[in-house]
Amino acid sequence: MAYDYAPFPYVAPPGLTSPEPRHPVAIVGAGPIGLAMAIDLAQHGIKSVVLDDNNVVSVGSRAICWAKRTLEIFDRLGVGTRMRDKGVTWKVGRLFHGADEVYSFDLLPEDGHKYPAFVNLQQYYVEQYLVERAQALSDHIDLRFLNKVTDHSDHGDHVRLSVETPDGPYQLEAEYYIAAEGAGSPTRKRMELPFKGQTFEEHFLIIDVELPNSPFETEDPERWFWFAPPFHAGQSALLHKQPDNIYRIDLQLGPDTDPKSEATEEKVIPRIKAIIGDMPFRLDWMSVYKFRCAKLDRFVHNRVLFVGDSAHVVSPFGARGGNGGIQDVDNLGWKLAAVLNGAPTTLLDSYDAERRHGSDENILNSARATNFMTPKSKIEALFRNETLRLAAKHPFARKLINSGRLSQPCALADMPLQTGDHPLVGRALIDMPLPDGWLVEAVQGRFCLLTLDAQNWQVPDTIDTYALPATPERAARYGDTGAVLLRPDGHICACFTTPDAAAIQAAYARATGATP
Amino acid sequence: MIINDRLGPQGDDVYAALIAAHDGLDTDQSHALNARLVLILLNEIADPNRIAALLAEARALSSSD
Repeated sequence: MAYDYAPFPYVAPPGLTSPEPRHPVAIVGAGPIGLAMAIDLAQHGIKSVVLDDNNVVSVGSRAICWAKRTLEIFDRLGVGTRMRDKGVTWKVGRLFHGADEVYSFDLLPEDGHKYPAFVNLQQYYVEQYLVERAQALSDHIDLRFLNKVTDHSDHGDHVRLSVETPDGPYQLEAEYYIAAEGAGSPTRKRMELPFKGQTFEEHFLIIDVELPNSPFETEDPERWFWFAPPFHAGQSALLHKQPDNIYRIDLQLGPDTDPKSEATEEKVIPRIKAIIGDMPFRLDWMSVYKFRCAKLDRFVHNRVLFVGDSAHVVSPFGARGGNGGIQDVDNLGWKLAAVLNGAPTTLLDSYDAERRHGSDENILNSARATNFMTPKSKIEALFRNETLRLAAKHPFARKLINSGRLSQPCALADMPLQTGDHPLVGRALIDMPLPDGWLVEAVQGRFCLLTLDAQNWQVPDTIDTYALPATPERAARYGDTGAVLLRPDGHICACFTTPDAAAIQAAYARATGATP
Repeated sequence: MIINDRLGPQGDDVYAALIAAHDGLDTDQSHALNARLVLILLNEIADPNRIAALLAEARALSSSD
């Protein structure tokens, strides 16, 4: 069944008739990143206005693979459970070379986590759930569809925006301006900011088809990836399941392709039949794309902040676009809220540093995967093909095969907000079962000291405490003594062995930008 | 970098074995064998610093540099 793209209502904004009071935050773009940003800020008590030039969710499934850490962040934002329940959970990936299976992998063999390693869910569902969540927070989120931002100017302590609507233009002011407009970011272009990186010439065809039966050999959804598949000579292919019996097919087309003629039913239907045989199907969506790996030199430009694809783009292999963007939101939300409540703006510099680090990691991984999949020279192709041949027998070569290194939570060790060199410092919290739920439900969204023993842990009022129950999962993931300080985004910023109130206060001061 | 001689008196035998491994292969097949051999040897050496030094030493004789 095809998704019903019901338009969201346009409401004439107040600024058309009289000047609006200055908004704390204007978010440009109501995609998954902009919406998540508004929800995150709302949950920290910050009001925002969200401006989008469109009035429907993403047309086409686009980002479909949501990683465990992203789902944990979405849990905090109030849509994680819904995404998990609707989404397709998959764990097993199979890799083929020609017609032969080279190897398979199982992503999360460990129990005791609320969320699986990955859930596949079409971007239009994610946006729908986020819009509904944002509408439930309407006292904090002013969601404006068919409001196209055409210009902006930074006035030092606020940004002035020009907006076009079906009823004409108006202006508004915001203390901070967040660009969450996707890869083509008009804000970035308007500011003429360099967006440097590597462009890939290869075209890829992306197709969603609805199938009555699983094309996999089992009923369990899997991720199948082919190098040189028998149905698509010399190229690569990916097959993946989404909800509603929709299957994603990705086909590498090579550099010398006419994107317009490829994205036609005439060309696409034979390609689909070559993969699934005579099974009946419904073509749901298709697109031909090229991509690059690039990022801004800085994500923070005084009062203008860039998040998601506006700040950095990656190839799709590894699912690091949407997942990387959600980590931007997670990192920025509490910091911007704190700055708006009087914390030093150095906290925003830490957003810039931490997420540029995350973006570098994502670009490195996705560029390497793309290079492996699209060899640029005979010698690159030779090493790639011989790696695939060796992999049938040798485990070491399997590890060299790169069809995407799947998104992992970013580690922030050795960065300015963190204290100490305990191995847990900088990592995202590790979920574990609690008697009445999950750790990710209980402690995210605020500074929280997870205590592991019965010492007299005393913390300032600004820090919550949570005594982790002594379970085998706790012992394996956190140990049996001491305490762990979580930031509101769930990253561990310090670990303590004894309840030294001054040390805890110092780590908190550092994590909130109060001391360098 | 100085690469120490580790083959000693077996050098001739080892070299002959390398050549013999290519017996009967055409040039493309030989290149493929060499590629596999390089990958297998990288795994045997394992140490990324050592590998980087060896790659640099091999690259140093490339005429295009």
